[in-house]
Amino acid sequence: MNAMLNRLLSHDLPRNRVLALVLLAILLALAFTPFIFPGTKALNVAAKIIVFIVLAASFDLLLGYTGIVSFAHTMFFGIGAYGIAIASTRLGAGWTALAVGTLAALALSTLLSVVIGLFSLRVRAIFFAMITLAVASAFLTLASQLSDFTGGEDGLTFKIPEALQPGTSYLDDPFLGASIDGRFVTYYGLFCAALALVLLLLRIVNSPFGRVLQAIRENDFRAEAIGYRTVVYRTLASVLSALFATLAGVLLALWLRYNGPDTTLSFEIMLDVLLIVVIGGMGTVYGAVIGSVLLVLAQNYLQDLMKLASLQIASAVEGVPLLSQLISPDRWLLWLGILFVLSVYHFPTGVVGRLRAMRARGAKP
Amino acid sequence: MNTSIAAPAPTATPDAIPKTRFDAKPLLLALVVALAAWPLVGSTSTWLTLTIAGLAMGMIVFITASGLTLVFGLMDVLNFGHSVFIALGAYVATSVFGVLTGWTAAASLVSNLVAVFVAMLAAMALGGVLGLGFERVIVRPVYGQHLKQILVTIGGAIIGEELIKVFWGPAQIPLPLPETLRGAISLGDITVDRFRLVAVGVGLVVLAALLYTLNRTKIGLLIRAGVQDREMVESLGYRIRRLFVGVFAAGSALAGLGGCLWGMNQQIVFPQIGGQVNVLLFIVIIIGGLGSTLGCVVGALMIGLMTNYVGFLAPKLTMFSSIGLMVAVLLWRPQGLYPVANR
Repeated sequence: MNAMLNRLLSHDLPRNRVLALVLLAILLALAFTPFIFPGTKALNVAAKIIVFIVLAASFDLLLGYTGIVSFAHTMFFGIGAYGIAIASTRLGAGWTALAVGTLAALALSTLLSVVIGLFSLRVRAIFFAMITLAVASAFLTLASQLSDFTGGEDGLTFKIPEALQPGTSYLDDPFLGASIDGRFVTYYGLFCAALALVLLLLRIVNSPFGRVLQAIRENDFRAEAIGYRTVVYRTLASVLSALFATLAGVLLALWLRYNGPDTTLSFEIMLDVLLIVVIGGMGTVYGAVIGSVLLVLAQNYLQDLMKLASLQIASAVEGVPLLSQLISPDRWLLWLGILFVLSVYHFPTGVVGRLRAMRARGAKP
Repeated sequence: MNTSIAAPAPTATPDAIPKTRFDAKPLLLALVVALAAWPLVGSTSTWLTLTIAGLAMGMIVFITASGLTLVFGLMDVLNFGHSVFIALGAYVATSVFGVLTGWTAAASLVSNLVAVFVAMLAAMALGGVLGLGFERVIVRPVYGQHLKQILVTIGGAIIGEELIKVFWGPAQIPLPLPETLRGAISLGDITVDRFRLVAVGVGLVVLAALLYTLNRTKIGLLIRAGVQDREMVESLGYRIRRLFVGVFAAGSALAGLGGCLWGMNQQIVFPQIGGQVNVLLFIVIIIGGLGSTLGCVVGALMIGLMTNYVGFLAPKLTMFSSIGLMVAVLLWRPQGLYPVANR
């Protein structure tokens, strides 16, 4: 049992009891969300967490393991989502449309990431960051302007195969409090796909290839001197992470049955992914899991919580207008931003790294 | 076969000190861009209108980008938080105009210009002071660590944008121009927005001041030397960090000024305004060569012209034209138009 788990996680165990418990709790909570947390909002939040875990973990391959910053990650996310959306509108709802859309999106992502990588990864990391930012914003403009094709600013609402539609009922009565319909099937499809993708990513970062990426992150000159072509490895890493991001986009489109520029391409989502990876812990994959849960929960529930809290405090600081603005629930991103800066300074390995370090101090030598 | 043999060039009289030759090709390229658009646009008056608009935009972009490229050249810091200072400048303009309604609403050119001037000064002052704080708190702890720099300055940008929302609110704020600066004047067939003339004027003043400081003063000499080879300047006994802090503050002040002008140009201000311009700025400083001031001028003018021509001919391709220009320039000169040694 232990050996199997070890194999499944590619010998990259959480290495800390608290972390393992938290991860297990997240896994179980996501696995049984339809049964434990009734209601549409809970299921939507859980699905968003799942998609963001894949998206952030794939970004971690680039940022945490290879040490390059790309701002075009949401572009690939968007390509995946648009692939499904456009194929489903053009070809009609069906499994063929899903397959065609996914494959076309993967092909486009591969092409784009190879071109961007070969063009700009030869030089310094900063250059890559700027180029990807420019390309991503151009792509965003393109997507919102080609309205015949992408639906423009309004986006595309489309149908997915009947087996996955919410209207399709498999059981007449709810089973253990969850109605077994197309939505239910889609959720578990998402869950299994995301689990497989994250395990695959763990496999990749713990392979010899992943070790080379980490060597490049630590010292690219030395890695090159040992005989690894850093350009090739960096480009491969960016292609792989682009492909995973594309698949995350596919999952999101399947869940929302809608895609538009703001849903997948916007710069805000890019910032969210950065926050997730840095706060969760760069170069750990598990950090993406923790970070996604934190961020998406904060996005959806923290505001409610802060509203309650700020009602209490607001009466106390009524006379000070700025202070009440500062703690207003709409400004939750401010506090996450501060947390982000603090984690870059003080916990570069994020929550996961902190937990692991605690264990290392307490462990036997 | 060899009927025509070129006559030997007359030997030039040797100078006492060999001067660096001025590389005019990039400037010519900007001219070529402008001239190539002429037949495409068709009518000469439209072309002139677009060219003036493009130059005005290029000037604003240059003012905003100059700090970014100098900061990068001097200390190898790419400031993703630059956008905050741009947005700040624009918001300061709304506040100043809000206070000085008497001067902006009056139909007198002088009081209108004074109001604009006050707004620009306020934007620069606030930008400079906050730039000092930004450098101290955000940038200083992560010198020499590129990855962390990118992340931390983005964090600074997130915080700054949220703080702007705290002070001015998250909604769009209209920024109407002062009374006499609205509308356009026509010179024959050419129509020129009045505000653009102001922008070009301010841009020329800033450009002249910058060129003077960089080329004719000791501080400028040190800055240029620092961009070329930081360690050498340090080893000669100059505290490059102090110099850098000054440049950072000046760059932020210029970003504030640029944001102020940009906001007036757009006549609407929103918290993400800086992020929008930032992409353009990165393209400009890449085109110009990271760290190069002259490259920044030429790059900004080229982008300004290109954006206006393409915006007229095929509006949907505007963003792509800038990127296409960047790719073309990089294929020609991989380090940018005016490569800075040591980069």
